[in-house]
Amino acid sequence: MKARYARLGRARSPLRVRGTPIATVMLGSLLPSLIPAVALSPAVPPLGLMMLLGWRLLRPELWPLWIGLPLGFFDDIVTGHPVGTAMCLWTMVLIVIDSVSIRLIWRDYWQDWLIASAAIIGVTAMSWLFMKTFGSGGGGGPLTHQLPQVLLSVLTFPLVARQCARLDRWRLP
Amino acid sequence: MAPPRKRRPGYDRKAQYGLFASYVIAITGAIAALLLVIVSAADPAGFAVLRASVAEVTRPISATLRSLVLTIGNLDEVASAYISAGGQNVALRRQVEATRTRLIEADALKQENIRLKRLLGLADEEGDVVASGRLIASTSSGSRRIARLDIGSRRGVETGMPVRAAEGLVGRVLWAGLNTADILLLVDSENVVPVRRARDNIPGISRGLDDGTVEVRALNAEGNPFKPGDVFVTSGIGGIYRPNIPVAVAARVEGDRAIAIPLANPGRVELVVVQRTFQSAEARAPGIVALPPPTAAPAPPAQPAPTKPAPVKPVPAPPTASNATGGTTGNSAGPPRP
Repeated sequence: MKARYARLGRARSPLRVRGTPIATVMLGSLLPSLIPAVALSPAVPPLGLMMLLGWRLLRPELWPLWIGLPLGFFDDIVTGHPVGTAMCLWTMVLIVIDSVSIRLIWRDYWQDWLIASAAIIGVTAMSWLFMKTFGSGGGGGPLTHQLPQVLLSVLTFPLVARQCARLDRWRLP
Repeated sequence: MAPPRKRRPGYDRKAQYGLFASYVIAITGAIAALLLVIVSAADPAGFAVLRASVAEVTRPISATLRSLVLTIGNLDEVASAYISAGGQNVALRRQVEATRTRLIEADALKQENIRLKRLLGLADEEGDVVASGRLIASTSSGSRRIARLDIGSRRGVETGMPVRAAEGLVGRVLWAGLNTADILLLVDSENVVPVRRARDNIPGISRGLDDGTVEVRALNAEGNPFKPGDVFVTSGIGGIYRPNIPVAVAARVEGDRAIAIPLANPGRVELVVVQRTFQSAEARAPGIVALPPPTAAPAPPAQPAPTKPAPVKPVPAPPTASNATGGTTGNSAGPPRP
């Protein structure tokens, strides 16, 4: 019993408290590009976006609204999308979630999943549209090729949210 | 659970301003990011320096993982080779005996080929390899089909160079960092390759479909001349890919196009080779008159001017040299000097 509450009073470094969410989102962006296989179609879920949504839905007060800009910039650099895609879309997602959660007073698990699913679908479709309209360095095949990836992302989001909660327990005193 | 009410700061003036400012920054930033995306249409390899530095950091991780995966992937092959070693040995020895004579014949044919080519004044098609490397990772979460190569500009890799494996074409270099480079794969929908049918030279255009296959459309034929089983090779038109690199084999026919499967599967090839772009390799080849680059339109009329006075005076040798390296400024300065 004592061991269980031993960590309650201990101080945590600010780097751990503030840095963990940012580091995990960046790691999520980086992870798909580390997979040592050459994928012939988008297969791996956009883990960076899912981590961002997981943290945002878990801790609404954690970040200012503009956090999507630096994190999105890193995501664009790492994933090879045209720079600005994730910057714009992630910020828009955060603004939309912000305005939605003002209206929703009671929130539960299912609503979080619904919000995250809508965000994942929206961002994937919009980034596809960006690349089809402006992209000159690739991308922009048929939209149906994104379907397996989107489905996988929606189904695995609860797993990511659970990891965020676990990391949250680890990072906070 | 009711969410924490941080977003409504109440009467705290400072918190109100902070919230307002964060909204302003976010919305301005989103609009600026949208403009960045539009600008990136003109420069697909934008922020290449940043991309390259991240790639440098992740390169050892991906390379190690990749070699690990390849080892594990080949384990079954190694094991089965051990099991059937004896019988295979006998069969292979017979095969070597049989192929030896054909190899000698092929050598003779090769020599004859070289002689005939020299007779015709054709450029040598070998010797255009810049470097060889491995594909270590790819954009598996994005809709662009880009693979990462573990060699870069330090080994001579440059933007636009074609990349091929032993089996066939893989793609072209999108940008090159010091020790890494990104390759736009053949199967990306932005990668257009001029091809011809290997059997009878019907020209076509291959374009990726983003799902591991490419579509081939005939350039000038009525209807669809292609049939399943047709093999396509590069035609050399356009100046990037040199001719006769195997590209794809047609799997089925849909309307006015053929759906083809690339001969080199980038998920399975181990070693790839970066080649010089076709036109620059041609210009480099000794004994061949350098073709004027298509962009420099005013160059051809200026070129005879410095060569004309050459028989009269031996001096204008330096101006021709500066012509070759200096571009348009050398051309305009050349004629008034003699």
